[in-house]
Amino acid sequence: MDFLRPTTWEEALAAKADRPEAVPIQGGTDVMVELNFDVRRPAALLDLGQVAELRAWGMVGGFCRVGAGVPYTTIIEELGGPLPGLAQASRTVGSPQIRNRGSVGGNLGAASPAGDSHPPLLAADAVVEVESRDRGVRMVPATAFYLGVKRSALEPDELIRAVHVRPATGPQYFSKVGTRNAMVIAVCSFAIALHPGERRVGTGLGSAAPTPRRAYEAEELLARELDWQAPLDPALLRRFGELCAAAAAPIDDVRGTAAYRVHAIGVMARRTLTWAWNDHLGRRAA
Amino acid sequence: MRVNGAAESLDVEPWVSLLDALRDRLGVTGPKKGCDQGACGACTVLADGVRINACLALAVQYDGKEITTIEGLATGDDLHPLQAAFIRHDGLQCGYCTPGQICSAVAMLAEHRAGMPSAVTERSGELDEAEIRERMSGNLCRCGAYNGIVDAIKDVAGQEAR
Ligand SMILES: Cc1cc2nc3c(=O)[nH]c(=O)nc-3n(C[C@H](O)[C@H](O)[C@H](O)COP(=O)(O)OP(=O)(O)OC[C@H]3O[C@@H](n4cnc5c(N)ncnc54)[C@H](O)[C@@H]3O)c2cc1C
Ligand code: FES
Ligand code: FES
Repeated sequence: MDFLRPTTWEEALAAKADRPEAVPIQGGTDVMVELNFDVRRPAALLDLGQVAELRAWGMVGGFCRVGAGVPYTTIIEELGGPLPGLAQASRTVGSPQIRNRGSVGGNLGAASPAGDSHPPLLAADAVVEVESRDRGVRMVPATAFYLGVKRSALEPDELIRAVHVRPATGPQYFSKVGTRNAMVIAVCSFAIALHPGERRVGTGLGSAAPTPRRAYEAEELLARELDWQAPLDPALLRRFGELCAAAAAPIDDVRGTAAYRVHAIGVMARRTLTWAWNDHLGRRAA
Repeated sequence: MRVNGAAESLDVEPWVSLLDALRDRLGVTGPKKGCDQGACGACTVLADGVRINACLALAVQYDGKEITTIEGLATGDDLHPLQAAFIRHDGLQCGYCTPGQICSAVAMLAEHRAGMPSAVTERSGELDEAEIRERMSGNLCRCGAYNGIVDAIKDVAGQEAR
């Protein structure tokens, strides 16, 4: 097995172009499990740990640009203000030790339907910046990034460089069902983001279908019927929950049944919208 | 790489984990291999002060870094305050998880001092039992010595606060 250790982004892209079969490794919290258990013994490992820029974030063109290697701990500490949904989800990933190493780029690279960063990225209209040496940069909306179970829109010669997320203009919440608080893969999860300026609500479902996805019909319902000045209409809240549940297409597995997941999505949808709405009205009153 | 203050130079295959390098190549056997998949915390070490699962780290990625294991916490014959507190409060039974628990607790107290929030707090306030349990959730103890572990950490956190 070869070990490739680029120190700049250009070197990393060149290495991936020359060796598309090389497996990138950032925090290693997914890759190492596979290596330790011989699930795979790749021909080459591409260590991105020396590419310092991947661990930085900054504001670019009105978006918060989060480097692919930024660990969850940094997101929790530094990005709770602009990216509250992603920061909340980050707090629930694995354990403190996992969060010190694991990254959103790795979560996207793994493209597990259960990845906790996906629902808040979907709800906030995130865009994934991917790049190859030969074809340059592609900006892939999160909605187009997830293609199937552990399959993404990333080409073999491409690497993920960053995600771009607009700073929150309204309340955002993330909710996850699991058997205990730490180190559990979500049975299912849900994220919501209010965009009061556009009178729109974004959603994201995790572990509820082969890919993370949005509940479009539920979003359209709110865009049509939500009165942004008034308390939440209980009937509308109930229909929102039903449409979010209807957007799920889950499976039965060891972590939970499909029927339970559909139910849980509906409950989390109602709960997170209620929390967000209370904040929204509170904010307006304040 | 520096391990517990001493410079070490080793030649390992790229797929060797930091845990295997420490235990099998350097004979530093404090960090334990409980699961080899990030789920138990028995292998927790400090890398430049940050707690990580040594089983999920490639040794080669830690080239040039400072690694601290349980062996590096005491000063001569003086135990680290957390080591002493674990003994005082019976924070262990078989002891297998203890090196990881203590390394994790060292970093956890530092994170808390630095104002890091947890999943159960909005604003990081006092280290009560719920906070400690959440912040130590990456370390399992098969013997169930959790009450002693929490008491030991509370004790040291209290000493720091005073
Ligand atoms: C005990 C345990 C608990 C966990 N709990 C959770 C949890 O609660 N929620 C959750 O979502 N995940 C969880 N995970 C999974 C994992 O921690 C996350 O998916 C994490 O985000 C992976 O990030 P990483 O940097 O460690 O990725 P790595 O392991 O380094 O890489 C992951 C994948 O992404 C690819 N990759 C990495 N960087 C790039 C890049 N820049 N470009 C292209 N491809 C790239 C890699 O080749 C690999 O396929 C857990 C893992 C463990 C071991
Ligand atoms: S051995 Fe590393 S976490 Fe269990
Ligand atoms: S003391 Fe035995 S595993 Fe914790």
